Amino acid sequence: MSELIGKGAAELGELIASGETSAEEVAAAHLDRIHAVDAEVHAFLHVDREGVLAQARGIDERRAAGEELGPLAGVPVAHKDVFTTKDMPTTAGSKILEGWRPPYDATVTARLRAAGMVILGKTNMDEFAMGSSTENSAFGPSRNPWDLTRIPGGSSGGSSAAVAAYEAPLGTGTDTGGSIRQPAAVTGLVGMKPTYGGASRYGMIAFASSLDTPGPFARNVLDAALMQAAFSGHDPMDSTSIDAPVPPVVEAARRADVNGLRVGVVKEFAGEGYQPGVLNRFNETVELLESLGAKVVEVSCPHFTYAMPAYYLIAPSECSSNLARFDAMRFGLRVGDDGTRSAEEIMALTRAEGFGPEVKRRIMLGTYALSSGYYDAYYGKSQQVRTLIMRDFEAAFEQVDVLISPTTPTTAFPIGERADDPMAMYLADLCTIPANLSGNPAISVPCGLADEDGLPVGVQIMAPVLADDRVYRVGAALEKALEDRWGGPLLAKAPKLEAGE
Amino acid sequence: MSAITRAEVAHLARLSRLALGEDELDHLAAQLDQIISAVARVQEVAAEDIPPTSHALPLTNVYRADENRPSLTPEQALAAAPAAEQQRFRVPRILDEEA
Repeated sequence: MSELIGKGAAELGELIASGETSAEEVAAAHLDRIHAVDAEVHAFLHVDREGVLAQARGIDERRAAGEELGPLAGVPVAHKDVFTTKDMPTTAGSKILEGWRPPYDATVTARLRAAGMVILGKTNMDEFAMGSSTENSAFGPSRNPWDLTRIPGGSSGGSSAAVAAYEAPLGTGTDTGGSIRQPAAVTGLVGMKPTYGGASRYGMIAFASSLDTPGPFARNVLDAALMQAAFSGHDPMDSTSIDAPVPPVVEAARRADVNGLRVGVVKEFAGEGYQPGVLNRFNETVELLESLGAKVVEVSCPHFTYAMPAYYLIAPSECSSNLARFDAMRFGLRVGDDGTRSAEEIMALTRAEGFGPEVKRRIMLGTYALSSGYYDAYYGKSQQVRTLIMRDFEAAFEQVDVLISPTTPTTAFPIGERADDPMAMYLADLCTIPANLSGNPAISVPCGLADEDGLPVGVQIMAPVLADDRVYRVGAALEKALEDRWGGPLLAKAPKLEAGE
Repeated sequence: MSAITRAEVAHLARLSRLALGEDELDHLAAQLDQIISAVARVQEVAAEDIPPTSHALPLTNVYRADENRPSLTPEQALAAAPAAEQQRFRVPRILDEEA
């Protein structure tokens, strides 16, 4: 394994900028790592070796020509297959889009390219980002590098698996109900859901438009901040993109202190259903924050326990509308067009064959929640719960600067354990959903290994809207103190993957 | 009492344009019943005087400048079409045979 593998994004960017190595060498080292381990990990759906090397050579040529490039120029990234890429297929983990080559780049894709980043390939995901394990991918699950029989989280589980297996120093994800933070927690990574609207959704295949948020995966807090800064900011192509400066996330990640900061522990996120090892690591983290000079208090957010039922009405409702575009007419799969069937029959046949079970469940649940006679009782009530959750956040942030909780109630569960039990699967998002409903920024950082199974545990830090810098500041302070205690990053404790062919 | 009947699930499948088999409908009916019973908890909390929130950001009427911008060529737009003819998407008949 090349010594370039395992280095963080900021360090790789500096090594490339100083000429100690080149973007091409860094890309080649990561392509070799993918070749060696991805048959087992299955993080990627698409890797085009020659295309990647050509991207990297292009960066080296621009630098040789004297162009000023940013801190991530030449750094490879594993890109979630939900973002459109005009030079690579884009499937969103679905058979209905198998082989689709989008005619345009997503804004996030375009900004990664503008930052000089090298897109290694497209990563696996739960179909249309619906799931917490990647088991809903039409192309088979990804595996957790800590234990290949377990899930890497989801929906952005291909990216979390890739970064945790050292196949890439950075990964992109999207977070609708926890799809960045939960996979980061169960693979021992940093995963950030920025403020809703902080980065553009243009070209990001829609699941639930009022919740979908792009964000970064990294092996350290500073690297995540660097990539968030690179792809964020106003985009006129997305009407919900915020027209305001990107919060100073990189400075905050470098500042890394919590002295005098008021930290609120969410009272509702503990107790039954939480694995003891998760709660032990979380409670130690709370004590650590106090020892670092933070003022910790317990805060009650009484409506957070209703976030999950509200989410599983709001998100399916929005998805039932968004996924109506997969109608077999203009792009994607078309089944049964034998000259005798009507467009409506072909739509229904195509959608039945092209969508997997979870997507069908959610489309039907959303259709139900929005149908006349049920709208007020389900969708309407959920929107009221959403208001109450936002009020809980507002009241809490009058008392404290940040809120913390475990990221997810358990460590990575075995592949197959919850695959046909939707309600059990939905519990993985219990603590992450409130920040989606209210649009707040929230990060997950590793806080240790659970006693029972030796698997990673994450702590979630939430801040007010547009205070993304604050969660980075706390995350970086925790990371520094914990790594001093551990003698290095948590991921160094992961078992080494056998390089195979 | 179940929250949703098998007949309602079959109706939802038609509304959702999903041609599902009998086995798939049976399986989904049981799962949807379980999920709807669980999410119905939202009805416990929200009182009449709480305004609904559809979106986290208080944005209204966001417009771009009305300017010509580069767009896809017909070839690019049709490149992923299941069927195309004379620079158009070729689609199945849209009316039923009886119509």
